[in-house]
Amino acid sequence: MSQGNSAEFAVEIQQVVKHYGSVKALENVSLTIRDNEFFTMLGPSGCGKTTLLRVIAGFESVTSGRVFLFGDEIEGLPPNKRPVNTVFQQYALFPLMTVSQNVAFGLLRLKYPKAKVEARVQEVLDLVQLSALAERRPSQLSGGQQQRVALARALAPEPKVLLLDEPLSALDLKLRQAMRVELKRIQEETGITFVFVTHDQEEALTMSDRIAVMSDGQVQQIGSAREIYEQPRNRFVADFIGETNLLDVKVEQIGKGVATCRLSNGKALEAIPAGEVTTGTAGYVSIRPEQITLDRSGGDSLLEGVVDRLIYLGSGTQHLIRLPDGAEMIVKSQSTLQQAQAFKPGDAVGLCVNPGAVRLLVD
Amino acid sequence: MAGATGQDTGQEGPGVYAEVRNWLLAPSWLTIAIFMLMPVLLMAIYSFLTKEFRGGVIWDFSVASYDQFFLDRGLFGDEPPQLQWAYLTIYARSITQAGVATLLCLVIGFPTAYFIATRPASTRTGWLLLVTIPYWVNLLIRTLSMKFLIRDTGPINEWLMAYGFLDTPIKMINTDFAVQLGLFYSYLPFMVLPIYAAVERYDFALTEAAADLYSDRWTTLRLVLLPTVAPGVIAGCILVFVPSLGAFLAPDLLGGAKNFMIGSLIEEQFKGQSGNWPFGATCAMVLLTMVLVAVFFYARQQAKSTRAGS
Repeated sequence: MSQGNSAEFAVEIQQVVKHYGSVKALENVSLTIRDNEFFTMLGPSGCGKTTLLRVIAGFESVTSGRVFLFGDEIEGLPPNKRPVNTVFQQYALFPLMTVSQNVAFGLLRLKYPKAKVEARVQEVLDLVQLSALAERRPSQLSGGQQQRVALARALAPEPKVLLLDEPLSALDLKLRQAMRVELKRIQEETGITFVFVTHDQEEALTMSDRIAVMSDGQVQQIGSAREIYEQPRNRFVADFIGETNLLDVKVEQIGKGVATCRLSNGKALEAIPAGEVTTGTAGYVSIRPEQITLDRSGGDSLLEGVVDRLIYLGSGTQHLIRLPDGAEMIVKSQSTLQQAQAFKPGDAVGLCVNPGAVRLLVD
Repeated sequence: MAGATGQDTGQEGPGVYAEVRNWLLAPSWLTIAIFMLMPVLLMAIYSFLTKEFRGGVIWDFSVASYDQFFLDRGLFGDEPPQLQWAYLTIYARSITQAGVATLLCLVIGFPTAYFIATRPASTRTGWLLLVTIPYWVNLLIRTLSMKFLIRDTGPINEWLMAYGFLDTPIKMINTDFAVQLGLFYSYLPFMVLPIYAAVERYDFALTEAAADLYSDRWTTLRLVLLPTVAPGVIAGCILVFVPSLGAFLAPDLLGGAKNFMIGSLIEEQFKGQSGNWPFGATCAMVLLTMVLVAVFFYARQQAKSTRAGS
């Protein structure tokens, strides 16, 4: 692994540690990013995702560890010697230059011939649909337009990897949603590897080929959107991605890929373990709100409780259920035309869980 | 500025407040009138009066001072007039000296300001204080100290000779260099402070963006940092150049007799019994006109480039 600097990976991070004095920003991070991939680093603020991006860009040196770009070690190279480009969070457009001068900046530093610079500027401005504003200055553009200029400027020199540092966070919701589709389209059209940093899980889930969930300077899990949502590896991932219900359990019996667990109310349920488990250990089960169905209190439901509150979400309804031990469960149901089944606060309900949707976590 | 604030308060309470507001501005107007407009006006009037031999003026209109400044009519004043070079030469020398001093201030002041502006915010005030500490001492004392420092038997020459670097002292005192050094020392903070203010506002993400786009340090400085902080640099240059032009302490004490500058020329006209007040006023008026014309052209240039930019 330590010499596995294969050229098939766009970026390879090996045991990178970054300390700022006593603050540990990155602790032994290793990951690989494939060529042509839309790779997202997702985590709460302070988790080290931006630091890792800046390590790849060359703005931060590492305390220890190695960084490879298509098999070449780049750790120690200054940013201007690395064939990667960055879209900055606040765009960092050169205020005194026009849009086309901003976009041409990198090409001119790379000594592209003049005709080629002009053609390339035109090409990327077309790609981000900004050709009409080429002679404007950044201060005369809206936030969304500035964002496109930043993208065009970073794409123009045809980087091997494009780094994006929360580029959508300054935009309003509608624009952000439109830009998600746009970014994905541009990534697919150009075939450039995108490394995208965000704290917004919806952004990560909708755009990424693979996601690295980070917290406390460490990678918690890497996988496709579906994998990290449906098969979280630990409690942090289950809790951070989407909403989930976590229940204390004790592992009673381990079968083939399934563990039988005992809930605190004495009932048993089957869960898929997220890793190695042993009989008798305490853990949690994670159940997504949409994997639970409610019925009028009967005898055979897994849990029983009382409806505490209903939150109408348009596409569905979120029920907050109070359990006898005081814990609260979230249950989401799709809106249907038959509202006869609707529950009211105070109703006693039984909760049934879809088999196969329960995840056992023991960290 | 005053007009803009005036409009705001005028909207809140028309009538009564508008009148009060004008009265509140009166002290400012009075201060400007007494301490800025009056002296300049007085100087302009005096430059057109006739000189009295023991200093002072006779209230008779005359253009004799301007004639003396610009035209050479020979020793007895009866030859056909030619352009008088004596004073213009002093002005040209002053401009050169002030220009070199400004350049020195820029070369030393810019890195200093950049250094301070890039320290952690909590320590910047301390650094700025260090820059200003020498200025708690009177300018005359500081200029005299400089004289003792660089004279032939001063510590610099003596040390260099004691350690065998030199056989004869370097001639520093009474040279152009001494004057430039004195001016540089006198006005350095006027360069540092505006540049500091500009660099402090500068967004260093732009430097990162430039580096990310394959720009080396010098190119980033030339194409990104300098254009962005240019207003601060220009303000610093004006603040150093203009007072350097009229300075007389440094040229007098460090430059000796052959490095006569505008400041000394004017000073001489008002000193003792040998003075010539109208001529001194004329010298000052010519200097003022030159500076005003330069500032006017600069301002017009700025306005033009701002308009082109937007």
